[in-house]
Amino acid sequence: MNFETTIGLEVHVELKTHSKIFSPSAVEFGVDPNANTNVIDWGYPGVLPTTNKGVVADGIIAALALHATVEKHTHFDRKNYFYPDNPKAYQITQAEKPIGHDGWIEIDVDGVKKKVGIEEMHIEEDAGKNTHEKDYSYVDLNRQGTALIEIVSKPDIASPAEAYAYLEALRQRIQFTGISDVKMEEGSMRVDVNISVRPIGQKEFGTKAELKNLNSFNYVRRGLEFEEQRQQKVLMSGGSVRQETRRFDETTGETILMRVKEGADDYRYFPEPDLPALNISDDWIKELDDNMPEMPGKRRDRYVNDLGLTDYDAMVLTQTKEMSDFFDATVALKADPKMASNYLQGDVNAYLNDNQVDLSETKLTPENLAGMINLISDGTISTKMAKKVFKALTDGEEPKAYVEAHGLVQLSDPAKLQPIIDDVLAANPQSIEDFNNGKQRAVGFLVGQIMKQTHGQANPTVVNQLLIASLKG
Amino acid sequence: MADRITREQVQHVAGLAKLEFTDTQLDAFTPQLDDIIGLFETLSEVDTEGVEATTNVSDQLNVMREDVAEDWGQSAALLDNAPDAERGYIKVPAIIDESEDD
Repeated sequence: MNFETTIGLEVHVELKTHSKIFSPSAVEFGVDPNANTNVIDWGYPGVLPTTNKGVVADGIIAALALHATVEKHTHFDRKNYFYPDNPKAYQITQAEKPIGHDGWIEIDVDGVKKKVGIEEMHIEEDAGKNTHEKDYSYVDLNRQGTALIEIVSKPDIASPAEAYAYLEALRQRIQFTGISDVKMEEGSMRVDVNISVRPIGQKEFGTKAELKNLNSFNYVRRGLEFEEQRQQKVLMSGGSVRQETRRFDETTGETILMRVKEGADDYRYFPEPDLPALNISDDWIKELDDNMPEMPGKRRDRYVNDLGLTDYDAMVLTQTKEMSDFFDATVALKADPKMASNYLQGDVNAYLNDNQVDLSETKLTPENLAGMINLISDGTISTKMAKKVFKALTDGEEPKAYVEAHGLVQLSDPAKLQPIIDDVLAANPQSIEDFNNGKQRAVGFLVGQIMKQTHGQANPTVVNQLLIASLKG
Repeated sequence: MADRITREQVQHVAGLAKLEFTDTQLDAFTPQLDDIIGLFETLSEVDTEGVEATTNVSDQLNVMREDVAEDWGQSAALLDNAPDAERGYIKVPAIIDESEDD
């Protein structure tokens, strides 16, 4: 029996707003538990939420970035459930009129491109955090009320590899809008998946299972791969798949039953009476659209077509907005694009990896990187000297000042080099004879002697030219 | 009697509200809730053909605040008000994770 797989993904993205979605408490990390909370976050009786305009703007931006239709007449709804991290006993979300619907993004699996539909995206508040210990649980409401966008895919995803590609593409597009850090390891991107299989030709979808505890894109793929096989085996042995929630075990790569779902969840949604509805104007949408950062696909086209980079270079540089912005700023300062690309992918990436930091956490600036590249381009320093200069850049030094202070200036003036060359030749008659006998090795030896005389500051290209001319002359 | 809401539905709704009813209570509440629903059904006699659904009775629209953080300085007082607190956390009886917090 052959099967086809249907996968749906729900992705929660935490927004980088200054304040919470319905209260002005600060959104920040690493503060004391419950430090950023007020009576609204605690769900005190009689308080009234007020919608954060920045969150609505981010919702519109997400909708635009995901090619979705912005819902112009929208409102919030209540989703009712009891849990200690949810002090109001309801979550304010959007159920009936999500801020965006019917979008799509393009994914690429081994060169095969495909559009994956996005059902809807909505803005909502996050819950607090519980820590469970023996006999007691501990609640921190700092995260309560932090703004989220939930993005729900259409069931267009047909394999674990496509699910992985979808998450990559989604993460990248959202990251380039700048509304979220979208980092799974920090919880600013969270993924829930459901998967079902059915015999090819069967019209109805199979019964789906929901997977939890997927803390990286790789775990999503591995969890789905395991689950796909498990469900196929159940069906082939004549059994039927139950609707259940399963947990991915990172050590075994298997999914384990958490609970069987009986009936649909009963959240008793109704329109939120404490918040007035929103009418989103065309002007506002246009304003946000006009200010939308350039998306990765467009940047890649520009890098390849206008700057002459390879597809591979363009792909690597657009992995993060930070890197791509840094590259753009460096090139805007007249640095050679190919060299800027090489330095970012080489020395800069190596430095980031060695120190486990993001670009923004370093002292590197586009001004200084461009300054160094321009010093190489105009022959002031050699690429070998640049190794030293780059190290200085990571300490925040200005390249020109550093080069001058450390006498790193390359000797390129023929009038200064020629006497040195003449001296070296006079001191090495044997090498001249070797050269005349066709031994190319002699040139290398002589260049080495000249470099030694100039303490490595001679421009090797100029030295080579002058030396050959002298030997032949 | 009792054709608008069943005894099982009353029990289900009670469960959602974390309430437990005895058989006697269920016997009493089911017809009462049935009557209440009956009362509301009067509303369905109104012809709403072509009228858009009301989601909010306020005549306000687009009330939003700018994205600026404010510290109302309430967290210590709120923790004091909590039934129990420890190390800045609200302390609650151990909970088994049954959340669907999305």
